[in-house]
Amino acid sequence: MTRRGRRVGLPFPALLLAGIAIAFFALPLVGLLWRAPWSSAWTYLTEDTALTALRLSLVTSLCATALSIVFGVPLAWLLARVDFPGRGAVRALCLLSMVLPPVVGGVALFFALGRRGVVGQYLDEWFGITLPFTTAGVVVAQTFVAMPFLVITVEAALRQLDPRLDDASRTLGASRWYTFRRVTLPAIRPALIAGAVLAWARAFGEFGATITFAGNFPGTTQTMPLAVFLSLETNPEEAVVLALVMIAVSFAVLAGLRDRWFGAAAQPAGAAT
Amino acid sequence: MTLDAQIGLQLGSLDLDVELRAAPGEVVALLGPNGAGKSTVLRCLAGLVPLDRGCIEIDGVVVDDPAGDVLVEPEARPTGFVFQDYVLFDHLSVVENVAYGMRARGTARREARQRAHEWLERFDLADYAQQRPGALSGGQAQRVALARALATSPRLLLLDEPLAALDAGTRANVRRDLRRHLAGFDGMRLVVTHDPVDAYALADRVVVLESGRIVQTGTLAEVTAHPRTRYVADLVGVNLIVGDVVDGVLTTPSGARVVIADASDGRTLATIRPHSVLLARGDAVVSSARNTWRGTISDIDRLGDRVRLVIEGELALTAEITAAALDDLDLRPGDDVHASVKATDIEVAPA
Repeated sequence: MTRRGRRVGLPFPALLLAGIAIAFFALPLVGLLWRAPWSSAWTYLTEDTALTALRLSLVTSLCATALSIVFGVPLAWLLARVDFPGRGAVRALCLLSMVLPPVVGGVALFFALGRRGVVGQYLDEWFGITLPFTTAGVVVAQTFVAMPFLVITVEAALRQLDPRLDDASRTLGASRWYTFRRVTLPAIRPALIAGAVLAWARAFGEFGATITFAGNFPGTTQTMPLAVFLSLETNPEEAVVLALVMIAVSFAVLAGLRDRWFGAAAQPAGAAT
Repeated sequence: MTLDAQIGLQLGSLDLDVELRAAPGEVVALLGPNGAGKSTVLRCLAGLVPLDRGCIEIDGVVVDDPAGDVLVEPEARPTGFVFQDYVLFDHLSVVENVAYGMRARGTARREARQRAHEWLERFDLADYAQQRPGALSGGQAQRVALARALATSPRLLLLDEPLAALDAGTRANVRRDLRRHLAGFDGMRLVVTHDPVDAYALADRVVVLESGRIVQTGTLAEVTAHPRTRYVADLVGVNLIVGDVVDGVLTTPSGARVVIADASDGRTLATIRPHSVLLARGDAVVSSARNTWRGTISDIDRLGDRVRLVIEGELALTAEITAAALDDLDLRPGDDVHASVKATDIEVAPA
């Protein structure tokens, strides 16, 4: 213990506290594993409810991640690079859903995009688009809570980037768009991956905004977190199994991307070969 | 092919008002203290900072004219830019860095690579083509930056402190290489520097900038002989002497001998600060100074309490003494003097 501590370079109290923190994250997992009904687990897993919910969760969370990238990267670029009046207020507005209780976010989305909502009534009237209680609604709710994670990560990376890289590219004859694709984007790639993973993780675990805005219909809007919540009331054993499935998927993604994510984000882009 | 620029710009506390011209094939050094606006002038010329007032014309084409509502984007200007500490693209290999400009201008990948390899060949970088810029030395990185800028065939090349990022040991060699490579380019070149040695080695003409204004222009010899401000006198107006060193003695092309300390043999650039030159009348001067030259005062220039004397003779020199010393010695143009300099007061660098 002492030798290892010396090698890591942390004083003993810090190691102890870090150890407690690890236990704090590990214990709930142990609790779930301990209560898991291993004998009947397979039955629950192959049930339609579980598979449908899992598939829906994967599809919607990936869609939300894609939308977060498409809209979030330009937003991060705007916040990082363009000095406009009220930038602080705009940033606060765009990051608000990180701190807002998701249920409140869902209600707010409903008032905005619901069939009677500020914008929703026109979506319905002019285009026949209805978002609440649809799979698209799930994606909207997930994007609403997940995109800020990508924006905040990418904006930080853009701020750290030497703006003269853009200048160099422009003086070499590259347009703004070419510069963005060939210089800016590759330089922030580690942060983009990290931000996308965070956003995906948040979307995959989304519950409050989804259930308020999109409801809880098996097959169309019942994602894994909703299925877990629902089965807690009817069949706690099934809830535990579903929860473990979610944990397994999330853990696999986070652990699998760990090196590229943290490793690449910690060192300058050029050092990675 | 000419440059004709009138640059008017308010940027923070910097109030820039500069008129700048360059003739075809000319190398102009822009000298000045930090914050004088040197780099901003380059950024204006490249189109990275738009003008508030004035006009920039390159090769007869107006690229910036706020009054006429003309502003050509940086990518459409015939300018190349070598940044301070080079700003290479770390995520691209060396050859991709050099090919970048051609690719951005629509050259096919194969052809761009082919031509980038030719540039690397010319800059002695062929062995580093596949490496990342992070693995290069300062001098190599500078050559890559120069090749990258020249590969787009600019008509006006802008170099921002191209030697500032280098340590003293490699600086002289890189300066010599840079001069050789710049000589092979026939467009106009504008070099920002705060080191008169760089200006001497690289430029035909110097423009001295202070607080956003041009205080003096001319050849370095003219500026040294008649500096108009304290800054120009102290930092720009130094005696630069080139010659060959053998056994600690530098011999100039005109045959003057200069004893120097700690210099290895070969072509050398010696810097003598005017205030380290001692002047004496009469014949027999005995002192610890290793160097004494005879000469005639050809010009006297007062600058506040200090006086600059231009001395013609074995070694043309500019000396700086106080007005009181001038009065004591009663020196006038045409008088013969002995000028002496301690060998240890002479700074040397390989030329």
